[in-house]
Amino acid sequence: MRRFLRPGHDPVRERLKRDLFQFNKTVEHGFPHQPSALGYSPFLRLMAIGTRSGAIKLYGAPGVEFMGLHEENNTVMQIHFIPDQCQLVTLLDDNSLHLWSLKQHSGASELREEHRFTLKGPPGSPPSATQITAVLPHSSREVLYLGTESGNIFVVELPSFRVLEDRTITSEAVLQRVPEDYCNRRSCELVEALREHPKNPDQILIGYSRGLIVLWDLQNSKVTHHFLGSQQLENLYWQRDGSKFISCHYDGSYTQWPVSSDNRQPEPLENLVPYGPFPCKAISKIYWQTTKNGLPYIIFQGGMPRASYGDRHSISVIRGSQQTAFDFTSRVIDFFIIFSSEPTAEFDDPSAMVVLAEEELVVIDLKTAGWPAVHPPYLASLHCSAITCSHHVSNIPLKLWERIISAGSKQNIHYSNMPWPIDGGSNIAPDPPQRDLLLTGHEDGTVRFWDASGVCLHLLYKLSTVRVFLTDADPNDNMNALGEDEWPPLRKVGTFDPYSDDPRLGIQKIYLCKYSGYLAVAGTAGQVLVMELNDEDAEHVVDHAEADLLQDQEGYRWKGHEKLKTRDGPVRFEAGFQPFVLVQCQPPAVVTSLALHSEWKLVAFGTSHGFGLFDHQQKRLVFVKCTLHPSDQLALEGPLSRVKSLKKSLRQSFRRIRRSRVSSRKRRGGSGNAAEVQEANAKFDQDALQEMELAPVQRKIEARSAEDSFTGFVRTLYFADTFLRDSSRHCPSLWAGTNGGTVYAFCLRVPPAERRMDEPVRAEQAKEIQLMHRAPVVGILVLDGRSTPLPEPLEVAHDLSKSPDMQGSHQLLVVSEEQFKVFTLPKVSSKLKLKLTALEGCRVRKVTVANFGSCKTDDYSENDLAVLTNLGDIQIISLPFLKLQIRYPCIRKEDVSGIASCVFTKYGQGFYLISPSEFERFSLSTKWLVEPRCVVDMPEVTSNNHVHKTGMENAVRKS
Amino acid sequence: EFRRFSLERSKPGKFEEFYGLLQHVHKIPNVDVLVGYTDIHGDLLPINNDDNYHKAVSTANPLLRIFIQRKEDADYSAFGTDTMTRKKNVLSNVLRPDNHKKKPHIVISMPQDFRPVSSIIDVDILPETHRRVRLYKYGTDKPLGFYIRDGSSVRVTPHGLEKVPGIFISRLVPGGLAQSTGLLAVNDEVLEVNGIEVSGKSLDQVTDMMIANSRNLIITVRPANQRNNVVRNSRTSGSSGQSTESSLPSSTPNILANFLQGEEESDEEDIIIEDSGEPQQIPKAEPPSESLESLTQIELLHESTQNGFLPSGEMNLNHSAGSISMEYEIQDPEHKSLEEDGTIITL
Repeated sequence: MRRFLRPGHDPVRERLKRDLFQFNKTVEHGFPHQPSALGYSPFLRLMAIGTRSGAIKLYGAPGVEFMGLHEENNTVMQIHFIPDQCQLVTLLDDNSLHLWSLKQHSGASELREEHRFTLKGPPGSPPSATQITAVLPHSSREVLYLGTESGNIFVVELPSFRVLEDRTITSEAVLQRVPEDYCNRRSCELVEALREHPKNPDQILIGYSRGLIVLWDLQNSKVTHHFLGSQQLENLYWQRDGSKFISCHYDGSYTQWPVSSDNRQPEPLENLVPYGPFPCKAISKIYWQTTKNGLPYIIFQGGMPRASYGDRHSISVIRGSQQTAFDFTSRVIDFFIIFSSEPTAEFDDPSAMVVLAEEELVVIDLKTAGWPAVHPPYLASLHCSAITCSHHVSNIPLKLWERIISAGSKQNIHYSNMPWPIDGGSNIAPDPPQRDLLLTGHEDGTVRFWDASGVCLHLLYKLSTVRVFLTDADPNDNMNALGEDEWPPLRKVGTFDPYSDDPRLGIQKIYLCKYSGYLAVAGTAGQVLVMELNDEDAEHVVDHAEADLLQDQEGYRWKGHEKLKTRDGPVRFEAGFQPFVLVQCQPPAVVTSLALHSEWKLVAFGTSHGFGLFDHQQKRLVFVKCTLHPSDQLALEGPLSRVKSLKKSLRQSFRRIRRSRVSSRKRRGGSGNAAEVQEANAKFDQDALQEMELAPVQRKIEARSAEDSFTGFVRTLYFADTFLRDSSRHCPSLWAGTNGGTVYAFCLRVPPAERRMDEPVRAEQAKEIQLMHRAPVVGILVLDGRSTPLPEPLEVAHDLSKSPDMQGSHQLLVVSEEQFKVFTLPKVSSKLKLKLTALEGCRVRKVTVANFGSCKTDDYSENDLAVLTNLGDIQIISLPFLKLQIRYPCIRKEDVSGIASCVFTKYGQGFYLISPSEFERFSLSTKWLVEPRCVVDMPEVTSNNHVHKTGMENAVRKS
Repeated sequence: EFRRFSLERSKPGKFEEFYGLLQHVHKIPNVDVLVGYTDIHGDLLPINNDDNYHKAVSTANPLLRIFIQRKEDADYSAFGTDTMTRKKNVLSNVLRPDNHKKKPHIVISMPQDFRPVSSIIDVDILPETHRRVRLYKYGTDKPLGFYIRDGSSVRVTPHGLEKVPGIFISRLVPGGLAQSTGLLAVNDEVLEVNGIEVSGKSLDQVTDMMIANSRNLIITVRPANQRNNVVRNSRTSGSSGQSTESSLPSSTPNILANFLQGEEESDEEDIIIEDSGEPQQIPKAEPPSESLESLTQIELLHESTQNGFLPSGEMNLNHSAGSISMEYEIQDPEHKSLEEDGTIITL
């Protein structure tokens, strides 16, 4: 009776819906987009990364993650943890300071913003007077020292951010006893660095940008030592015992200074330009780390010879005669060294170096000879080559999981065995319920296998398809082969490599059968590879076939890229997925759909010209079908990107013109004062807006016709064992849906297993359905007699699914971008439909069947359709009655790449790219929810510290 | 009653002769009848002169279905676009007289001679400043031919005048359906698409809605030029007394929805080609979960077919004329299917 009621009117169903569906964005996987600041707490063993969009992310042991977002969305410039506290301070580019703290709430820790503060100068003072350049949280945990552009150092109380004016260290006070000839040249400098004395908390080292360094006594409010540097200062670092410090400079030099009570104005001990004698770039940060066995580590960022290596992003590690310049593929944002933080320890004994580059995180093991990299358990750079597609496989059988891990471990031999050094906090989330794989296809022809079971997206294995093809890149050309006497001793580290040798290698479609270990991948130049998992290295010939999708169509010329050249003879493949069949579509247009049936040993593929079926057991092409409309010249001539790129390039050139106009305006205004510039810009913006109103965007309203372009583009392929011809006999079938709203159904005859190699697979077209609304077909699905979607191949054989009901009548569900339609089988008559676009104006972008379990009872679950629309909404639509259950806004509709990248799992979760390097994970299910849940406990502190701590907490509570 | 007979395709002769032949074949001399045929789009079109008779014969491929109706029983509204597929809707209207009162038929001219390309509808329920236009794209090769844009209009709100974003017609393609109707003009504000308000929707959403409904597009506009509005004295007119109260389009979805449901169900029949055979329209499966209303409908239809008369007064004679053969065709009452040639699909 339920079905007679209108949705929303059935209280039982409404209650059930609450038990089944719930929308949450749970965790962000990957590497933060545009990181801008790095911080580390040796006390909590937590690392913090700030971004240009104002996000702050904390990472500790795998699974320990926190995220916060500054309301202002301004760039995070600096992050400083308060010593021995669960608190940190961030400085944004609007000069505001923010205090964040980790507080426990119902068993788990949460990151909360507690306070914000903007330093204000006396009325009438220029903004530079209070522009913060350096922050020092004092070890007393009571105050922050804020160095500014004016050279003054302000002191603010924590956590209230009250300015302690009487304790301000003015530049005048500092300059009082500086020799006159030195002082005259260097007045009014900005504070570049503030460092607390490692042994004496009453002394701080202040470095000014033009080279002057002073040791300030906080008790007596006076300078105790002057260090008269002659070079522009970049940074300072204390030696552990406080007897020496080191300064680094703009000219690529670093200087050691002694600190002793007898000489108040000492000369430098040593002044070195490590990559001299020719002019070098600045050394922006330096560490001096002592070790038990004598030789210290000197680690610094930059300093490369300006002319020949000025473009490198490097960090050099020097220890005695060992020296390596780690060469990063993207700009280094910041780095820190993990060393012994025990106050009683005599030496630093550094264990690891953590480098935040613009596009990746690199950790170097400093304890192991050769300084190998450590494989990070999180913060993976998803975009080390641009992601071109993704595929999610739920509930991987343990056997396959172990084999993939073992193949991956063979690839990771050059990594250090060191346990992950950033291990603060503890993960209290329950173990992931199942093993899930996320496969990403990349522009460089690789497929990466990620462990997507839990909070940490972890790379398990990387597969490259490049080896099958002959590419322009010479395989012998080893970029890393450097001679022994090479100087500087550069060593490339990290995996980020945005450059693709050949865009035709790009992976477009992936299909993995988790039961058989068969993997099919398809790419940009019409290549389809079928692979098998092999635990050993092997050398073999890849069978090669060509599929002419145009068949007899005459007189057409493909103007797109050529097909990839294949390698003749046997090819050596490493352990893992090894290709054994290559099918190349002709014309070599991008593969737009792919389906693999591991039980029937068939692979189907489609392009903008048609589709084909290949028997990978007999290695024989079964058939091809051209779907092209004869008038569709665009599809014939070249890849889709040609048309799009023309439009795009036009748009871009317009943008360029507009931008150059903006900048020229700005430059002209630059001669006047700042207000004038702003006014001019505002006026320009207004002009631009008016311009837009005069020539608005318009949209053509036209019915779709069969002659439209790309109607033959094959959008979806589907294998099903169903009743295609008559209701008494079911048979294997292949279904294909096109952009023009056509569904083709082919009846397949697959020989029984014992004669599988002897008899050919046969296919015959049985049906063709033309949807009158001609919208692109994005999904095809057959429901069995119980209205349950047919199981995946081999699912029943592995006892993981009930066998489908072959008694009752089957139904065909066709999902177009605009409508959902259910037809009866074998006689196709329309049964039900749900119109989406005609009523709501949105279109289907992604659709999957998902299983939703109830959070209340273990024994209830149902299958529904999870749908993502072009507006970024997610809708859940019931099966088989096609009733809208619930709708959630998920992605901004302007975020086209986010919508295009979305992938659903079989259990109501999903992923989409929020930046080229980050997946947002979301869940639609109440039952399957993967989100971080972790605790950061205050480590033991000394009794003296404890007093501080409680005092602090009281203060927080009071405020 | 069905008759099947052959005609010489190359020499069809005159209409008068054909009319005589029909009367002869059906043994109904001296009975005035209306003659109609179904064209390739499934529209019922009249045959009443030599020209449309020749046109009809030329479209036969190879069968030509001829419908004959007694003149006094004739329902002129049966002719025109979508008439074949709209039958059940006509039926449901009769079954639900409360929401669709049939007005007495006054024949002014011969509307059956023409095929509608557009119409102004719901004049009685819309405010005078609005116009609801239906474009019959189905069956014509003409492009719809218009463009829409974003814009803003001034509305009276409880807080006074307010500028609100709106969707406007920005351009009409010369020779397109929209232009040729004369019912739509540049700068007309689009208020609804097939009964759904566009306010709050983006330009792209409205574009998608219009394209999705392009086979039966009903748009409600506020014409930029308000001087051509129908002027009627709503207070004295009985039928539009209601319209003054419900002068906002938002208060009409009920009626419209009923109207649309029937329309939409029928106007989009998908096509199936079995075993590379002839394309056919996909029939609607017997709905297992449909409301009681439609169940009754099916029964009634069944009954009426047995009676030989459809309650709407539509003709019962179903003729098929081809060049060589002659056969009877019986509608399958269960599937309510129409065994007709659909749009030709290029294979």
